[in-house]
Amino acid sequence: MANVLVFTELHDGHVKPVTLEILGKLAGQTADVAVIGDIAADQVATLAKCGAQNVHKLKGANLDKYSPEGYANAIADFIKSKSYDYVFAGATSMGKDLLPRLATKFNAGLASDVVNFTMDGGAFAGTRPLFAGKCLAKVELTGPKPHFVSIRPNALGMTEGLTAGAGNAADVNTNAGEIRAVIKEIVKAASAKVDLTEANIIVTGGRAMKNAENFKILNDMADVIGATVGASRAAVDSGFAPHAMQVGQTGKTVAPSLYIACGVSGAIQHLAGMRTSKVIVAINTDPDAPIFTKADYGIVGDLFTIVPILTEEFKKLLGK
Amino acid sequence: MNIFVCVKQVPDTETKITPTGDGSFIETASIKWIMNPYDEFAVEQALLIKQANPAANVTVVRVGSKKDTEALIPALAMGADEAALVEAGDNLDSYSIAKALKGAIEKTGKKPDIILAGKQAIDDDCLQVPQILAEMLGLPSVSVIVGFEMNGAAVKVKREVEGGALEVYEVSTPVVLACNKGLNTPRYPSLPGLMKAKKKPMATYSLSDVGVSEADRRVKYSGFRLPPEKPAGKKFDATDAAKQKDVVGQVVGLLRTEAKVI
Repeated sequence: MANVLVFTELHDGHVKPVTLEILGKLAGQTADVAVIGDIAADQVATLAKCGAQNVHKLKGANLDKYSPEGYANAIADFIKSKSYDYVFAGATSMGKDLLPRLATKFNAGLASDVVNFTMDGGAFAGTRPLFAGKCLAKVELTGPKPHFVSIRPNALGMTEGLTAGAGNAADVNTNAGEIRAVIKEIVKAASAKVDLTEANIIVTGGRAMKNAENFKILNDMADVIGATVGASRAAVDSGFAPHAMQVGQTGKTVAPSLYIACGVSGAIQHLAGMRTSKVIVAINTDPDAPIFTKADYGIVGDLFTIVPILTEEFKKLLGK
Repeated sequence: MNIFVCVKQVPDTETKITPTGDGSFIETASIKWIMNPYDEFAVEQALLIKQANPAANVTVVRVGSKKDTEALIPALAMGADEAALVEAGDNLDSYSIAKALKGAIEKTGKKPDIILAGKQAIDDDCLQVPQILAEMLGLPSVSVIVGFEMNGAAVKVKREVEGGALEVYEVSTPVVLACNKGLNTPRYPSLPGLMKAKKKPMATYSLSDVGVSEADRRVKYSGFRLPPEKPAGKKFDATDAAKQKDVVGQVVGLLRTEAKVI
């Protein structure tokens, strides 16, 4: 049995779902959670329900907002006072930025963006996609401990029937040390929707969208089904959508429950970025478009007529 | 001012990946290798900084196997001044690569002011090397940057996070910056640039020259395999306007009753 620390960030005061996915998969190990700053009692209860034994609230000067140096110093400071075998976190924007620096403070290794893992005999063995998901490989860690692992959101899924942990929450004083790169301002995203990498449903437009204005029909459908809108590389490179919306090898790799590709031909680099979506719907005028090879449900037709009908049918189904 | 750009050479995005028979890595013999697309933004940013600071020196550094079409050459052709190659396998882990880059930078004897890299390499997709390198060198870092301004030693960068929100950072040089698409528009290497590139200095080191050994490996990969293929899906013809409503209704019904995702 391994001694594991799961680092969680909070989003609007809530623990990110990926933290609960990780805790569920760690059933059978001893798992603590660390968070920077305060966390509400109901969130501690949620963590405990998923097996968290202790919830360590790391406090100290200059930790009111994220900085790679401050967070890494504070968490390293705390980890050094304990004897964890593994440190896990979500492969979120923060996790991806923070963990490499944190692991290096221990001269330790980091397995990034792991999509599944086992802890047989307390030893981590993971699976991770490489080449944007064109292939998979087994990943193991060696060298000084603790070993670090980041987990891709939406990949593990939630585990049912967990044994609750004690969920003892306590403050821990930590030292953020010297912080040289400091956030001066945060510019909010134009859309309040969840990020593509964490979205449960994604609607993507390809080159066939023809222009940026036409994305309105995708936004309308997305609003009905609670989806985040993405774009193919062709659509981004043509200026129809910003790069933050790009799905594929040079954009985001996504794994939603439902992926609806509209006018996306299905270039190999796009397929690599979305192929692990649970259910894929494709709409394309070309019956031979490669996207149909990955689609569970393919609709051969013009997206400009199909998408509005689809939106209406979804509205009917969902009683909207 | 000394600017370093870390680049990697990766399989082209259109490459079909085939695991080797023993699953130890991928077949590399017939691959078309390109400069990692995110690294192009790093090279371009270095050159933009050099344009504003003509005395600046831009060194591109790469760790990986020797290639017939060397990715350091286009970087030199775009305008970098010199290059260093650390010869190594193409399946090194991030920790070893960062340590090798650190060693190669130190070999030049130049103290770095700005180190630029792509935010991730599109082969192992780890997003680790710039941050590890920064920690090893004791420098601050900002990753996934889409905006850059510089005024003397003061640097202001925009980092893209979830949903396209931006964190605006202020930091002083020396600093490590990991670049994202959207930061700039990389120039193409010109033909005269390519002619000149071949005459520019390129140092070559072995891993042991830069102090890296197998003992530095932290992440071990095995069992490379293709992802499982999905069984063929259902395809519906909705080209006939009269049938469109029925077909779409049927698919929506299946999403609820069969796929259970809505």
